[in-house]
Amino acid sequence: MKNFSYTVKDEVGIHARPAGMLVKEAKKYSSKIVLSKDGKRAEAGKLMAVMSLGVKCGQTVEVEVTGEDEEAAYEALKEFFEKNL
Amino acid sequence: MMQFSGKSVYKGIVLGPAAVLGKEEGPVRRSKIEDAQAEIGRVGAAGEQAKEQLQALYDKAVKEVGEASAAIFEVHQMMLEDDDYLDSIHNMIRTEMVNAEYAVAVTGDNFSEMFAAMDDDYMKARAADVKDISNRLIRILEGRGEADLTSMEPAVIVADDLSPSETVQMDKEKILAFVTVHGSTNSHTAILARMMNIPALIGVPLELDKIRTGMIAVVDGFEGTVTFEPDEALLKSAREKMEEEQEKLRLLDDLKGKENVTPGGRKINLYANIGSVSDVGYVLENDAGGIGLFRSEFLYLGRDSFPTEEEQFQAYRQVAQTMAGKKVIIRTLDIGADKQVDYFSLGQEENPAMGYRAIRICLKQPDIFKTQLRALFRATMYGNISIMYPMITSVEEVEKIFKIVKEVREELDAAEIPYHDPEQGIMIETPAAVMISDELAELVDFFSIGTNDLTQYTLAVDRQNEKLDDFYDPHHKAILRMIRMVVDNAHKHGKWAGICGELGADLELTEEFVRMGLDELSVAPSMILKIRKKVREMPLL
Repeated sequence: MKNFSYTVKDEVGIHARPAGMLVKEAKKYSSKIVLSKDGKRAEAGKLMAVMSLGVKCGQTVEVEVTGEDEEAAYEALKEFFEKNL
Repeated sequence: MMQFSGKSVYKGIVLGPAAVLGKEEGPVRRSKIEDAQAEIGRVGAAGEQAKEQLQALYDKAVKEVGEASAAIFEVHQMMLEDDDYLDSIHNMIRTEMVNAEYAVAVTGDNFSEMFAAMDDDYMKARAADVKDISNRLIRILEGRGEADLTSMEPAVIVADDLSPSETVQMDKEKILAFVTVHGSTNSHTAILARMMNIPALIGVPLELDKIRTGMIAVVDGFEGTVTFEPDEALLKSAREKMEEEQEKLRLLDDLKGKENVTPGGRKINLYANIGSVSDVGYVLENDAGGIGLFRSEFLYLGRDSFPTEEEQFQAYRQVAQTMAGKKVIIRTLDIGADKQVDYFSLGQEENPAMGYRAIRICLKQPDIFKTQLRALFRATMYGNISIMYPMITSVEEVEKIFKIVKEVREELDAAEIPYHDPEQGIMIETPAAVMISDELAELVDFFSIGTNDLTQYTLAVDRQNEKLDDFYDPHHKAILRMIRMVVDNAHKHGKWAGICGELGADLELTEEFVRMGLDELSVAPSMILKIRKKVREMPLL
């Protein structure tokens, strides 16, 4: 299992469009990817669940990656967060 | 024959088929099924079809309004693929042996309630997206096809209320009239109707399920009535009235190209209010002398991120060029109060009309303001652009604005981007601005009186509140005295003053406005020729 935490810088937080992009990215990997915020957890491959976390600007999310391709998924997601959120 | 009365927003009369919007065909029926697997298959097929429809909408929107605004259709496609959403539907079908339509409806309600319960306004609004995709699936499952607002026959639109996003989708050529159950005289529908010269009735107490699409309707904006399935006598009198109206419009047409001058030689400028680039057509068609109020909000509404400088520049440039040297007064961002935008994250306010809005946002978040100012200044090279700042209450605010403007000009100079110096004026829409209009007149090039807000602030009447429509008296002496004061103070300093609120179009007051010496009235395009007629026939002036 690999994990990292990320503080969202995008002004509107993880709103619908970036959530959609995140889901697309996460689905490229077979690893299980879980986001959590304040004890609420959501699988990164599930759009509505990700949106329902309601992550706002300045809030921190934990990202956990577990599975065969966790190394690649971890790198890709880290880059995704930094680039888009 | 069914007749209802409502409040008329634009006087005119039409006859045509009704198109009932915003109403689903009643509640979804629950029925028992035998084969769960087949029912799940139906959901899958409907999902594919829904995604195809959304892809087509996405492609159309990209072409017409740009990628940022189109993105919502892409998000809808992804929501339709959401595992939790689909699992919930499949699970209901399997365990309860219910039909697909019912499972989709219940799941849609559950998910949209989850979003509605969130403490974030943006996410709350996503509840509507979940409803939207669920309704799309149900429509396909029931074989009803799409509620297509773009390809209908010319019709009288009958709805509970209309949102800006609904009216945006409509082909304006095909709307004969609006009839809505809710909405106030200042609502979006009302403004649109005045823009388009079509009759509109609001606050009509009709039961939508008694009205069928295709029923013949007569909307009489003079009487404030709508009649469905009219009898022969009513049809005959409606046709006669329509002919009279046509005749009057033909006579007004003769006034095109003529001056707005009284028999005694007093002149007044008649400009048009518009809310989007495509409205310029109405401005030219009605022979307005310029644009007295170009609401720039349309650039910010109905999307999920800020418009770029380039997008804004293109819109301003296009309008300035189309108006070919005629004055175009563009009002800077007037978001807040009744116009909310998710991505501004303005938050809930107890009293938004008196809250964080318009110039207050621009002064607190100068980056947003600067982007707009840069786009405006760049566009000055393409026509006769003036800039107008809304919601001013003090001299200090104007000084702060000018400081930011100066920074913008220095940035443009440094980058060697050319611009002309535009006229800069302010909206007078707070009692405070009226009282210090002598001092403000020294600073700015012109005043434009926003009578809608000025009336609401002066009379302490919330104009979004339908219950207060009776207390909202724009003819109140206090308002007329304020207008006179503003005009006098402007003239003392050699500046000009106009009105850009609804009151400017009030034919009962045209004569008084001319007497007061107002230099300009900016009104809905449809009112230009009517006011011109009034001005030209004014006695004793």
